Formats: sequence, structure tokens, C-alpha cells
Amino acid sequence: MPKLSFFLGCIMPNRYPGIEIATKKTLEKLGVELVELPGASCCPAPGVFRSFDKATWLSIAARNVVLSEELGYDLLTVCNGCFGSLVDANNILKEDEAEREATNKILKQIGHEFKGTIRVRHIIEFLHSEVGADKIKEAVVKPVDLKVAVHYGCHLIKPSKERHLGSVENPRFFDELVEAVGAESIEYEDKLACCGAGGGARTAVLDTALQMAEAKVQHAIAAGADCFVDACPFCHLQLDVGQTEIAKKFGREYNLPVLHYSQLLGLSMGYTPEEMGIDMNYITNDEFMKKIGGDK
Amino acid sequence: MDTIKTAELDHDFIKEISEEPGAEKITLCFNCTGCTAGCPMADLEAQYNIRKILRMASLGMKDEVLNNPYLWYCTTCYKCQERCPQGVQNVDALLKIRTIAVKNGIMLPKHRAVAKLVIEYGHAVPINDDAKEKRKKLGLEEMPYTVQRFPESLDEVHKLVEITKFGELTTE
Repeated sequence: MPKLSFFLGCIMPNRYPGIEIATKKTLEKLGVELVELPGASCCPAPGVFRSFDKATWLSIAARNVVLSEELGYDLLTVCNGCFGSLVDANNILKEDEAEREATNKILKQIGHEFKGTIRVRHIIEFLHSEVGADKIKEAVVKPVDLKVAVHYGCHLIKPSKERHLGSVENPRFFDELVEAVGAESIEYEDKLACCGAGGGARTAVLDTALQMAEAKVQHAIAAGADCFVDACPFCHLQLDVGQTEIAKKFGREYNLPVLHYSQLLGLSMGYTPEEMGIDMNYITNDEFMKKIGGDK
Repeated sequence: MDTIKTAELDHDFIKEISEEPGAEKITLCFNCTGCTAGCPMADLEAQYNIRKILRMASLGMKDEVLNNPYLWYCTTCYKCQERCPQGVQNVDALLKIRTIAVKNGIMLPKHRAVAKLVIEYGHAVPINDDAKEKRKKLGLEEMPYTVQRFPESLDEVHKLVEITKFGELTTE
């Protein structure tokens, strides 16, 4: 049975715990064992902290990777932002001797050392390459009859020099996982477009960042989507909380539901929307909840 | 447009940017504008132009670049970097330029606040009562097993940012 440490990050445990429980329950059913990674911190967010100070970004990220090294397991994240920080940091420290030496000098003072012994995995690429769509199909007890607008997000696949996950203009692996649970992955305009949250833009220029999110929502609705399915709690927040902000600031209401892939997978395994925390989103859409078998 | 005076250019700026591996490639840009043509932020804010920022940077227009408010508009989607026919690492270079701005005391107050959260709590988005309630309802432990639950782990993060002088760097 593959065993990985579960890196929580910030937004999932502290805003969308539904994604956390969904990841735990669904991976267990697929025979993947997750162990706790006590004491891990913010990844730290690549777009902001790498923009502020590289040494701080790299050493905090290195500490998180090292905690998993010390347990002896590859690290799993369900967040594109954490993936961005931790994969990039892990690669830099494995490949750049000067950076490794400088970072280890810092880590030594808190009793750690980066050795370069593990891999950083993202749930989507891990499920696709290590578990496989066929095994996921076998685990489905309740095919999900939904039209899904898949949102890859940027840092799952880019920069490709650090990811090696195939085409960045027309990737398919995430769509295959969505189709494995019985849902239809629909085509929509600018499907690969950014949600607008990254790089500190959501913090710096919220209104502009929201316009980017709004375009995504409009394109998904125009293509007939029942919901978004994403691979990142930060994109999730931007698309979900973002719609409440768009309603308040711009006076336009959409209420297009947003699910993380782990939550969609959970529905297909027979868990209720409430067990997967789907009702804990900030936008509400009773019609959708009824469609997926929710209480309300 | 004002004339660019060569005497006012900072020729060391490109050297500083080039400390970031790959960032020196901004000098390879031949102005095809593919980066900006595909940029989702430029679609919304025409004033935001990564090609222009990087061009100005490679010319040595340090003050203009570091004080350009649009420096902070990039969402780091990496579309431009993936598409550049010259292999310019646009985003990596832009992030390096941002760190130089921070070093020079140029940073948005809202970004200072995010930095402070990590310095204090080890999380950019710390736990709150609403999340604790939701966690309990889902059958999860109220406090996740992260740095916010273990004082000795938080001490490590505190010490780490002290060593890198991150607090001094990001506090006004």
C-alpha cells in the first residue's frame, strides 16, 4: 500500500476542512495510506513569499519537505500553491548545491537537514499516475451525473520545467479522473485560464483578480456546467468566496458551485455532500445540492 | 514619452536580477510581444505589461521598474514563460525583481500584513472559530496537526524567520 505524508497547508484545514476529510476518506478507499505530518507550516505561498525574500521562502519550504523526509515518506498535497512551493523548493535544493548548502546552514540552527530523499506529489497527478483512472472507476458505487467545468489551475502544470506533466496548453489527465467517476468534463472558453488569485494579486488588487474569476464563472455557465471541479483550495476560495465578493461589489450573482476533486470523488464513492463538506462552501445553490443528493 | 537618458540607467540592475538562475535571459527578448498578447492580466489592465517591465529592467531603468505599481499585478500563471520563443523565464525574473523592490523598502501594506501572519502564526491563513466549528462537524480534530498546534514547531518557524531577518525586511 503506498504511504505518503499529508501536508495540510493553510486554506484547506483553516477554511475548507471538507477537502481534508474528503481526501482522507477517498484515498483510504483507494488503498493509499496517509500519515500525519505534525508541525508543518504554510508552504509558504509561492507567489507572495518568493516575491518577498527567496531565502525565507526556500528555508520555510525546505523545513516542510524535511519534516516528511524525517518520516521517510513522499509528501502529498492537494493544493496547487503548496505544490508550486514544495516541488520547486525540493528541485532547487536537490539540484543547486550552493542553495542547498546555504539553506542547510539555516536549517541546522533549528535542528534539521535537507537530504533530498523524497518526492513531492499532488493528489491529481498522483492519482492519475500511481492509482490510475481504471482503479478509480472500480471504486465508484454511485456515478456522478454532472457536467463539470474542470479547473486545472496554473501551478499544477506550470512551470513545466519543474513539473513534467505533459502539455500545458491542452492537458487531459485531470479530465480523465473526472470522467472516471461518471461525470462529463465539458469544454469551455479559456478553460486553462488562471483563477486570478495567485502571485499575491488577490491581496494586492482584489477587484481585478475578481474580474478574472468572474470571466471563468461566466464561461463555465455559458457552456452549461453544473459546477467547477478544482485541484487547489486557493483557486477554490477564489472561485467560491470570489462569487460572494463579485455579488457584493459588482452586483452580479452566479452561485456556480465549486468542488475540489476529492469531494467529487467522495460523492462517487457514496459519501453524502454533507460528509464531504460541500454544503460548507460560501455560495449556496439549493438546486445543485438537491441534484447531488444533499439534505437541503 | 520621455527620452531615456543612458546616464540615468543602472547597469548593475541586470547583474542583480541575474542572481536568479535563468533570469538573465530577459536580455534575449526580441520584443515579439507573445507574453503580453496571452497575458490574462493584460486583458483586464492594459497598463500591466510584463514585456515592458522586463525590457525596462534589462535596460537598467531600476527606479521606474521597482516603483511601477503594476509590478504586483502578475498572478504568476506562467503562461508567458511557457510560450516565450526565446526561453525567457519571465515570471522567475519578475519574482526576482519583486524581491529587489522589497529589499529597497517597496512593498504593499497588504502584503506586509500577509508576511506578518506567517511570521506570527506560521500560516498565511490561520485557523478561526468558524473553521474549528466546521472541522468538528465533519469529525475532524478542531485543531489541525500543523504548526499552530505545536509550540515547539512554531518556535522553529520563529527562529527561521529571525535568521533570515524576514521580519525586519517586511516591517515598515
